[in-house]
Amino acid sequence: MRKSSYRSEEVNALDKLDCRGLSCPLPVMHTRKRLEKLVAGESLEVIVDTGTSRDNVSRLARKEGCEVTVRETEEGNYILTITRKA
Amino acid sequence: MKRLHEFLKSRWGIVSAGLLIGILASTLQKLGNPKNMGICVACFERDIAGSLGLHRASAVQYIRPEIIGFAFGALIAALLFREYRARAGSAPIIRFMLGFFAMVGALAFLGCPWRALLRLAGGDGNAIVGLLGLICGVGIGVLFIRSGYNLGRSRHTHPAVGAMLPLLMLGLLLLLIIKPILPSGAPFFSAEGPGSQRANYLAALGIAVVIGFVAQRTRFCTMGAIRDVILMRDFHLGSGVVALLVGAFIMNLVYGQFHWGFAGQPVAHTNQLLNFGGMLLAGLAFALAGGCPGRQLFLSGEGDGDAAVFVLGMIVGAAFAHNFTTAGTPYPNNPPIWGWGTGAVLVGLAFCLALGFLMRRSLEG
Repeated sequence: MRKSSYRSEEVNALDKLDCRGLSCPLPVMHTRKRLEKLVAGESLEVIVDTGTSRDNVSRLARKEGCEVTVRETEEGNYILTITRKA
Repeated sequence: MKRLHEFLKSRWGIVSAGLLIGILASTLQKLGNPKNMGICVACFERDIAGSLGLHRASAVQYIRPEIIGFAFGALIAALLFREYRARAGSAPIIRFMLGFFAMVGALAFLGCPWRALLRLAGGDGNAIVGLLGLICGVGIGVLFIRSGYNLGRSRHTHPAVGAMLPLLMLGLLLLLIIKPILPSGAPFFSAEGPGSQRANYLAALGIAVVIGFVAQRTRFCTMGAIRDVILMRDFHLGSGVVALLVGAFIMNLVYGQFHWGFAGQPVAHTNQLLNFGGMLLAGLAFALAGGCPGRQLFLSGEGDGDAAVFVLGMIVGAAFAHNFTTAGTPYPNNPPIWGWGTGAVLVGLAFCLALGFLMRRSLEG
């Protein structure tokens, strides 16, 4: 997985969701709430910091019919870019 | 490795893991572990507490290698798949108390959710009542989670923090292997009772490492299985738990370990109020802490310092439960309806309910 740096101030935008440090099931719950407002073609970035959250959020997004790409940051976090399919 | 990762995170992966865990748990019983207790995270942590002298119930003292293996297996998996993350800081004292009361509840029932499933797979009808209590407890936890309950964020921290529990487990393993003879008598090993019933420690350790590995990869969690069905109608974890039940049941039939009934079941009682209430408390505490006792061990193995604190809370809770006679006693010496056990469960429920109402806050910052 290609690594890149991630600036923490980027998580405050409306289309980004910071779920770092949250334990089960909060990352999935928060993502699900945001996905309800996502329309076709729009993207949501979710940042998590554990493999469990990465896999659970990915599974939720795919179940909701979205595309998911994952990249790992230098700090060991995962950024999931979730796009609602047209 | 990528293919293994993809398989284990799939539905077939967790079903396979559940089947494997059920089969191995029944096999541990066949190899010498107590009846209907091939694996019990609560009972085995209680046995470790006894071996260290934290309690003096002589029938339940042994350094269970299964607990050590779970943590090691998860650690190996986390390191191999680069998921080891040292993290901590999410209300550790609260998690300690949740572990404490989860153990109080589990020992009132005489088992954790893993053992509840294995008891059912062995024909113990009392486990049905316990599982109903567990479902209700998790359900109450879900209500709190839905209304904003959370223990705050953890933070990445120094690797030494995440390494503490695996190091403690290594220490326990050394005690188990060396068996030093000290004037105090510690470490204590039961000569009779459930603590004396154990599989060969190398076999138990090896099996537990395998279970810890697959459980970490599949995120196996008995409480999470119930929680996700109630919260999100998601059956992913639930399919693994059902597979565990099926695997254990089939192997029990093969090994001749299935005996249906209520009275006279091994290491079980028929005080259904305490069976239900104990698991109600345990289920609620596990839900509030974010994982069943097995899951807390697997998280500890992958560097989660908060989960490690929960595990320590469970061990201390076990010591309390036996020193203050709140733990259940097997049939025919059923615990009384109104006794220390019921009192402890009620106190624990009051604590968890208060926590659920008070710890609802925004997660900003």
